[in-house]
Amino acid sequence: MKPLEGYLIIDFGQFLSGPSASLRLADLGARVIKIERPQGGDICRSLYTSNVVMNGDSSVFHAINRNKESFAADLKDPRDRDTIIQLLSKADIVLHNFRPGVMERLGFDYNSVKSIKPDVIYGEISGYGSEGEYKDRPGQDLLLQSLTGLTWLTGNADSGPVAMGLSIVDMLAGAHLAEGILACLYRKSVSGEGGLVQVSMLESAYDFQFETITTFMNDGGQNPQRSLTSNANAYLGAPYGIYKTANGYLALAMGSIPFLGKLLGCDALATYADAAIAFEKRDEIKSILGQHLQTDTTQKWLSVLEPADIWCADVLNWNQLFEHEGFKVLNMTQEVSMSDGYTYNTTRCPIRIDGELLTSKKGSPKLGQDNQNILTEFSL
Amino acid sequence: MSRPLEGLLVLEFCQFLAGPSAGLKLADMGARVIKIERPVKGEAGRQLAIKNIFIDGDSLLFHTINRNKESYAADLKNQDDLEAVKKLIAKADVITHNFRPGVMEKIGLDYESVKVINSRIIYATVTGYGNVGPWANKPGQDLLVQSLSGLTYLSGTADQGPVPFGLSVSDIMCGNHLTQGILAALIKRARTNTSVLVEVSLLESTLDLQFEVITTYLNDGKKLPQRSNVRGSGHAYLSAPYGIYETADGHLALAMGDLNKIGSAIGCDISQLYTDSISSFDKRDDILKSLSDTFKKKRTGDWLEILIPRDIWCADVLDYTGATELPVFEQLGIRQSVQVSDSVEIETTRSPIRIDSEKLFSSKPAPKVGAHNSTLNQEFNIEI
Repeated sequence: MKPLEGYLIIDFGQFLSGPSASLRLADLGARVIKIERPQGGDICRSLYTSNVVMNGDSSVFHAINRNKESFAADLKDPRDRDTIIQLLSKADIVLHNFRPGVMERLGFDYNSVKSIKPDVIYGEISGYGSEGEYKDRPGQDLLLQSLTGLTWLTGNADSGPVAMGLSIVDMLAGAHLAEGILACLYRKSVSGEGGLVQVSMLESAYDFQFETITTFMNDGGQNPQRSLTSNANAYLGAPYGIYKTANGYLALAMGSIPFLGKLLGCDALATYADAAIAFEKRDEIKSILGQHLQTDTTQKWLSVLEPADIWCADVLNWNQLFEHEGFKVLNMTQEVSMSDGYTYNTTRCPIRIDGELLTSKKGSPKLGQDNQNILTEFSL
Repeated sequence: MSRPLEGLLVLEFCQFLAGPSAGLKLADMGARVIKIERPVKGEAGRQLAIKNIFIDGDSLLFHTINRNKESYAADLKNQDDLEAVKKLIAKADVITHNFRPGVMEKIGLDYESVKVINSRIIYATVTGYGNVGPWANKPGQDLLVQSLSGLTYLSGTADQGPVPFGLSVSDIMCGNHLTQGILAALIKRARTNTSVLVEVSLLESTLDLQFEVITTYLNDGKKLPQRSNVRGSGHAYLSAPYGIYETADGHLALAMGDLNKIGSAIGCDISQLYTDSISSFDKRDDILKSLSDTFKKKRTGDWLEILIPRDIWCADVLDYTGATELPVFEQLGIRQSVQVSDSVEIETTRSPIRIDSEKLFSSKPAPKVGAHNSTLNQEFNIEI
């Protein structure tokens, strides 16, 4: 039995943040019904990445919305609204990621839904909270990365601001929403009461940086300084970073500098004995290391460093990773099929419960594909 | 207000970031979290500092990750201490650890043994790469996991080679997944009344983080990500104008948007480059370069005044000074104070989750090693 079996989620979410939360809850066993507008559905269906179209929709839509059903409804149409209200009366969880005020105008905000289903757990994601002067701004990932200081952590000192190349803030907000909803579901299992869970991308972006922002707030307000080369963390000294070798790259996470010098046969590193020096002179040390590591192959360096318990690794691309036994044993991918027989490969839920992988064969839904079944099943 | 996890008892054997960040999330949502630490030195994270900042003997980092918790010092190799810990386990709802495979078996606190002590335990583990396979005993460290997972080919520009995310993103995502798994297990237990095992690993979490782009890769003939060569480009898979641009006095971030509208708003003619929707990706580098030249001509504030009223998605690019001075930082109440001692207070951020319209503040500091041994011994009738 999956942990959330029997729970019904009505998901008004679009794009990534909200729908990534409902995907996680679906994989944990809940039944998720996406409510989509009849024309075009979730905008994510046409948000293409590198122009890839799969069975009519974007690849990211398929990744985010597998294991869900789709119910097409026009939230402004009185008949459709009636149907939605009846569906909401059966829902354990309702979630959305509209801008503040939209659900109030539609009449599906927390208080309205609570009057339909008193013990509902209602989750919402906003860009910048429902109070404060940014509340009406677009909650978009790159903008949130840029406003919260995140872009000064990645890349080298002379790179300018560098975004993390994924919608990281969306995913964090989705993860936090899932956590709040699960905590409330636990409470409901004890006390029977529902609850309201609110997350914003802004708060999630600051939380992501809780270590470095806390440092900033307690060190007199010094902004992070990335190293000139091989930066992997603005706050850590040498050797922390990725280095070019004769045939690829090598990641080095720690090790005293003279000891590394000895293992690698690099005498120039012998003088950097003090741990504080590894931070203060990290540009100098990284430059020496960078030159030296290019004199031999990644495999050669690994064969010297790993037996000495130095934390290091090869740097793989997906082709290399997918061929590696260390990846294959995880069974991290799964094949799913859509209602029309179209199949595709994707990843699975990263959590294991009672030794089982939480996989599901169910692919993403075609827009409105489940309307008829849902109308019949719930006698709407 | 009752926090949703009130009444839950969590024993945290975890060290460093991934596991303890989950403990922090659970604590802020109302659980009572007790760190089980070796006597005197405590968990290794106490000595792991950035910028060499220590507060009251422990690193600021440790204080940040472990506020709102208690500490019980025990030497798990000492029989008396182990018995005491077993008494705590008998009363606990959840235990978490991130020891390498085999360590808890040797101590006698592996899942099978703990189930005998407490048949309703949620037993949650964090590993680097899972329990089997050639990487099972490799150090589960954030940068190494990023490097093995393909993540380093998504940021920066193509000519930079691999560029890691400049934060412990694998640890943090894994901590979130651990939190989710534990909470789902508690819901399962509410129905079955029996123990549940939860397992997560840094590598699986880092692959999940890439689920959108890996799905694209798997269904696009295994084409590897192609980052742009233009400085500031924001995402290997997204088309122009997505990225960060230099302006006359700083930078400007521009998300996805209608290129014709943006071109005409800023006075940049891209009609030769942007001929159809496909070209915004295929001609990405040329379009980015063309926009870059224009954005250098005015200051960020001037561009924002032009773009925001036209509903073009853009933002200033701030450092921590700017980010913590943003009015919304105060308006949303993101900052909170933690009282370390009578004379020492540190500022940190609060939980990002609000429950029943309440922000989850907590002023309770990280504990000293073993700070709660005597109260816990008394409370749980542990005789030493």
